Amino acid sequence: MTQASVFPAPVVPGLRNLLSRYAESTMWLARYMERIENLARLIEVTSASVSATNMDAGWDSVIRINADEDLFFQHHETATERSVVAFYIIDANNPDSIVSMARYARENARVLRPLISTEMWMHLNVFTRWVMELGPNDVGAGYLSSLCTRLKQDCQTHFGITEGTLYRDQAWLFYILGKNLERADQITRLIDIKYHTLLPSEVGIGSDIDMSQWTSVLRSAAAYHAFRRVLPEGMTPANIVGFLLKNDGFPRSLSTSLRSVYSVLGSLAGEYRLRHCAPIIERVEELRVTLAEQTVEDIIMRGLHEYMDWIQRELRQIQSEIAHAFWPPVLSVHSTGTGRMEQVQN
Amino acid sequence: MKLQVGGHDSFAPDPPPRQRGQGMNDMKTAVQAAGLFATYDIPDYFCELLNRGDSPPPDLKRVRDRLARFDLAELRRRAAAVEAQFYRLGITFTVYSDREAIDRVLPFDVIPRVLTATEWDHIERGVQQRVRAINLFLHDIYHDRHILNDGVVPRDLVLGNANYCQAMVGLDVPGGVYVHINGTDLVRDRDGRFLVLEDNARTPSGVSYVLEDRQMMLRLMPDLARGLNIRPVDEYGHRLHRALAEVAPAGVDNPQVVLLSPGIYNAAYFEHVFLAREMGIPLVEGRDLMVEDGRVYMRTVAGPRPVHSIYRRLNDDFLDPLVFNPDSMLGVPGLVDAYRRGNVTLANAIGTGVADDKAVYAYMPRIIRYYLDEEPILTNVETHICAEREGLEYTLANIERLVVKPVGESGGYGLLIGPHATQAELDEFRALLRANPANYISQPVISLSVSPTLCPAGVEARHVDLRPFAVTGRDTWVLPGGLSRVALRKGSLVVNSSQGGGSKDTWVLAS
Repeated sequence: MTQASVFPAPVVPGLRNLLSRYAESTMWLARYMERIENLARLIEVTSASVSATNMDAGWDSVIRINADEDLFFQHHETATERSVVAFYIIDANNPDSIVSMARYARENARVLRPLISTEMWMHLNVFTRWVMELGPNDVGAGYLSSLCTRLKQDCQTHFGITEGTLYRDQAWLFYILGKNLERADQITRLIDIKYHTLLPSEVGIGSDIDMSQWTSVLRSAAAYHAFRRVLPEGMTPANIVGFLLKNDGFPRSLSTSLRSVYSVLGSLAGEYRLRHCAPIIERVEELRVTLAEQTVEDIIMRGLHEYMDWIQRELRQIQSEIAHAFWPPVLSVHSTGTGRMEQVQN
Repeated sequence: MKLQVGGHDSFAPDPPPRQRGQGMNDMKTAVQAAGLFATYDIPDYFCELLNRGDSPPPDLKRVRDRLARFDLAELRRRAAAVEAQFYRLGITFTVYSDREAIDRVLPFDVIPRVLTATEWDHIERGVQQRVRAINLFLHDIYHDRHILNDGVVPRDLVLGNANYCQAMVGLDVPGGVYVHINGTDLVRDRDGRFLVLEDNARTPSGVSYVLEDRQMMLRLMPDLARGLNIRPVDEYGHRLHRALAEVAPAGVDNPQVVLLSPGIYNAAYFEHVFLAREMGIPLVEGRDLMVEDGRVYMRTVAGPRPVHSIYRRLNDDFLDPLVFNPDSMLGVPGLVDAYRRGNVTLANAIGTGVADDKAVYAYMPRIIRYYLDEEPILTNVETHICAEREGLEYTLANIERLVVKPVGESGGYGLLIGPHATQAELDEFRALLRANPANYISQPVISLSVSPTLCPAGVEARHVDLRPFAVTGRDTWVLPGGLSRVALRKGSLVVNSSQGGGSKDTWVLAS
């Protein structure tokens, strides 16, 4: 057929030459939307799991996951549900809050308007405006669950529209790259901070409370049902950590995210012949190998926190190598980067 | 978004009453077309739909009759649906904060403005003629300056003009095209005659509304447009891209065209996005471009890639900090050098502002005659040049009936609206005119035409103007229709969005 002569596409100006600035914004759009979804999930589960026992226990872990202790305790004495929820949903002075992230996502989407589909833009436009208008009355205890549900669903709607409408060229690959790097980062943070809650305490070994802590960690990662299917009888701390780190079928596991990062970088290097991919691919491969070669028991024994920390540093390194390769800083005084800081300050 | 406009201040809101007997035919048809228009106060102005003074073609009658059958509540329901859609698209008025104000656009009126095939033919030929003359004028003043040497246009007016650009002197631009995108602001007077209010030969904006309004219109008022032969507008992006490719430097196959925007905080960013999408080209900012060895490149993930043709939506002053404003962070250092070497084409060219200057406008009929040896098809608003004795004398003698405007950048004294001025003000202006006549022009007060518009109290007459857009590559193509702006406030003549202006879909009937 004639189609065969059309593909692979000839070099069309504009299509194969993705602007560096677009690539950067695509990646960050995906990261912020993924981060918003993860945070909404965490808040919802935390709210549901602590309310049974102590209203305010467990909220400090949300702060620790995001490494916001300094900023938070500058303004608050203790981590209560009320203060943490406000801090993470509507506090515009907290760069890690959902309202701030919605603003960054919006800025990136504005940059990308020439590139993304109108459906993507319309949804992001309405969603981010809605988030930016949220006030103290919207985050009260009675509304929190439905609020988090809508936040989650809007992020998922975004991912769905993107999957169904974004043209599959380099921009799509950078989008997938951003989304999976963020997912990988988020799952290691969740494991790092929540692992201690999985461990049996002196008093309550095998008690109902332990079980509910475990299920809440799984639910935070949307892993509860998948875990049940794979390991119906195996709910132990090690199994839970192992599942979140190494299960190749679970969409949010570290191994699944890294596999995706690896394959996207391969496409950028192969199909699009982008240079500078090799060292980044090597770094990702190294991460995957260390993960595959160790049992979860080994990882825990050698130090789960140290391992999670190392992975987070590696992920950060991958992000900065990608930035260096595809949107290198311009050396003249004339130009500035498109990174988050500039977008915040503008 | 604020659109470039000018001159509307020259129209007094209260014209003398029309003579009895005129427009009787129209009165009759208006009565037949009651319904929605039952309370329409037949205006004492030219109205394309209800007070034309001629026998309108069948399609126009059909529009009027269909509209008349609309129920006011139904029309409002549709208008609300339009607003909701514009909100989702992020191109509506927002009131949240200054940050968000950049999303502001012209409000949309659901009643279209209709032009007949004959009217359009006249406008199209007139605009093409004007663009041709403007391009010849610009080439001349940046080369041999015949028109100045022949004394047709005063030398100082051109060479001393703030928009005259030394960097353009002696430079040959591809195809002799300086103004690739031109917007001509037209108004209609009491007799329905189209008059040129001003030319926009720098970076005219507003075309995105034309396309958006049409899409919105066909989606929300399909029953109004059904079966009518309305000239389409959706080939604008294609035409523009083709023109920009045609004027790319010679010898480049498959030229890379880009749109250069000041960025997401610019008031017209929505339009830049829209046009980049319609053309399928990258929207770049200054920081995305670089110049090396006199060639322009854009920064991509695959490294620098050559750029050949730039549709720039950045003013001259910001294009290149090495040549113009050194503090500009929006431009590209070395761009003008690359341009002068012929390695890249800028659309529009630099220094075109001298052609749409208020003072030069007065000479446009003479410029057309000088280069084309033709009479202007579209006439200017009658303008008296006070630099000339005749014009000065006429102005002094009739000052109480005229609008007197300072020209050039010196301005400062403001303008005088004769019918509204006190005796002291008239005297003061007479003195100013005598002291520095070359700084002034004068024009009569024009009664702008109106169009039925959905207003809070029902369908009422509101003043409109028209900005057709002309795209020039190898030849000049005029987008059928253009931007109709409407002054939404009763009696207002100001069509700016910042002052209560809106837009209407403009239908050009094919027959």
